[in-house]
Amino acid sequence: MILLILLAIPLGAALVSVITRNDKTASTVTLLGSLFVFALSARAVLTVISSGNHSLTAIPHWVVLDSLGALILILVAFVSVTASLFSTGYMNFKKNGGTRRYHTNFNLFIFSMLLIPLIQEPNVVWISVELTTLFSVLLVGFENTHEALEAAWKYVVLTLMGAAVALLGFLVLYWAAHTAGVENYTWAGLAAGAPNMSPVLLKGAFILILVGFGAKVGLVPLHTWLPDAHSQAPTPVCALLSGVETTVILYVLLRLIPVVTAVPSIHAGTWFVVFGLISTGTAAFLLLRVSDYKRLFAFSTVEHMGIILTAAGIGGASAHLGGVLQMVGHAVTKSFCFYAAGSVLLLTGTRDISSVHGLIRKSPWAGTALLTGGLAIAGAPPFALFLSEFSIIRSGMHPGDYLAAGLLILFITIAFFAIMNHVSRMVFGTGTEKPAAAYGKLPVSVKITLIGAVIPIILFGLYIPEPLHNLIKLASAAIGG
Amino acid sequence: MPDLLTNLNELSGGLFIIAAFGIVAARQMRGCMIFFIFQSFFLAASAFIMGIITSSDHLMIVGGINILTKVIFLPWLLSRLVPRKIATKREIVQVINIPTSLIIALLLTITAYFLTVPWLKAAPGADALHINVPIGLAGLLLGAYTLSVRREAVPQLLGLLSMENGAFFAGVAIAPNLPLMLELALAFDILIITFIAGILTRTVHERIGTTAVGTLSTLREEPRK
Repeated sequence: MILLILLAIPLGAALVSVITRNDKTASTVTLLGSLFVFALSARAVLTVISSGNHSLTAIPHWVVLDSLGALILILVAFVSVTASLFSTGYMNFKKNGGTRRYHTNFNLFIFSMLLIPLIQEPNVVWISVELTTLFSVLLVGFENTHEALEAAWKYVVLTLMGAAVALLGFLVLYWAAHTAGVENYTWAGLAAGAPNMSPVLLKGAFILILVGFGAKVGLVPLHTWLPDAHSQAPTPVCALLSGVETTVILYVLLRLIPVVTAVPSIHAGTWFVVFGLISTGTAAFLLLRVSDYKRLFAFSTVEHMGIILTAAGIGGASAHLGGVLQMVGHAVTKSFCFYAAGSVLLLTGTRDISSVHGLIRKSPWAGTALLTGGLAIAGAPPFALFLSEFSIIRSGMHPGDYLAAGLLILFITIAFFAIMNHVSRMVFGTGTEKPAAAYGKLPVSVKITLIGAVIPIILFGLYIPEPLHNLIKLASAAIGG
Repeated sequence: MPDLLTNLNELSGGLFIIAAFGIVAARQMRGCMIFFIFQSFFLAASAFIMGIITSSDHLMIVGGINILTKVIFLPWLLSRLVPRKIATKREIVQVINIPTSLIIALLLTITAYFLTVPWLKAAPGADALHINVPIGLAGLLLGAYTLSVRREAVPQLLGLLSMENGAFFAGVAIAPNLPLMLELALAFDILIITFIAGILTRTVHERIGTTAVGTLSTLREEPRK
């Protein structure tokens, strides 16, 4: 029941945002709604951890929350709280109208993302993924500038193209399951019936889904839309897109692991490692030459998705644990990075890296935030992503995976220097620019968001709370190993 | 009787793939749209025939929904959303010229056929699978090809929808028992795609003065001039 209420809240908030005539009401309802969703998700997650079979059922075989789903659910809920809080300050600050339309789409987008981890029937999951695209595209094009429309168009075309490929993949998957006599067409049913399925059909389905949803996760070579969409959208939407939407779609790919590893002749691990390393490597080199700081963080998303996929491909308990930890770390850190980038954008009005200098002196808030975000996302030691990247690389340290681990170290190092080079120039660099007086002040809600979003980043590097620690362990066990 | 139906299914499969070639080759946006309507019609025909063969009510309704949404409603919606001037304009700029495109399309079709041979061996079943699965995959690839070489917004969109047509053409033979709810939702989905893309097309046209989205290329890593 709790799961159905959880889904109804964003729909209700969207409805209120349509009906109301007041911008303030729309943003308040959105914020309250996301807080409720977060509270309910936290409760659902605790129930999942403490229950015997580690799942929570609302509608049998359709709406069931298990440990892996619970992890994704809580990440989506957390980032939607910070994103809607950031929106209140950001959207008023910009005074660009259409605030109610924005909140309607915002809530529907959150609804579609909450749906994916809860649904167990793969075809309905496909529909939900399609819904995330449809609801977010208007948000990407919200600023209505030439660049924003270009980004929105590329986003629609490439991701829906991927969705069509994945659709055939899901139909072939159904074919394989049907021929093997699988009764329950759910994730669990598929994993149970996988050994009886035809390896050829399963491989065909796997590759079609990997390529199709790979486009939506931002895997190279179908990543070209991602830096555009993730940089042109309004900042809170960037945080959602980059922080959790990519993770949610990646979760669907991870769901296939228990199915495809049952048939060793597919070599699913190799496919994951190859796609993952190509994405990480390409993103690392592109990070060196970006000129727009929102694109910097967008490319870093491609890099991190590649790392998680590589971890999934290496396989084994410790790699999966590292991969799941990386998903958590990436979701909280990347959303914070975009809030920091959004604050800089509010103050300076430019996205160009070379025209921003010495932020730490002009705005200690934005400067500190950007520096923290940059260090955390690049994987510097005290932060969560350092731990997860370290454990992924360590799990690759055995014969057969040396090459993957070695390349991963190389690419992560390049990406680290690329990100820190750009960020340190923006934070500490000197140059001729506007006098300090021209810099405005950050709205209070933006400051609160920055404080709220930075807590988990600092905390998770040093100490992971007991329930979350259990959840991460359960979720990685659900993937395999 | 079943032989006749199988033959009819083969016929609609053939015409389906010819319509996909038409979408690749048509110079005018309107031409693309007409070929797309034909393609959707043959998809529906195949769904009806498969419905009779497997005596599945699902597929009859799928066919019906397909006729309503893609053959009737979608062309009407696009004709309202897209200004006439754009619909009848000839595409001058093309990434690859049409004869070359047709040869590539032919190669893609042959590839699709060979890719699906092992699948059909692995899961023996109805005769219709041997028609629908290769042609469906070919439809998907041709749609993807159309999408990547076209420069105008509406033909790109039609390429996208014809990819979904291809997936469904394989789907009607693969999964005759898919719950109807899914089919409804999928049809609904396609409407939303058209709606959103229609809005985007118009906005792009208003803001930038052209729907040649292929020329949208300011967002990239090279330094701006």
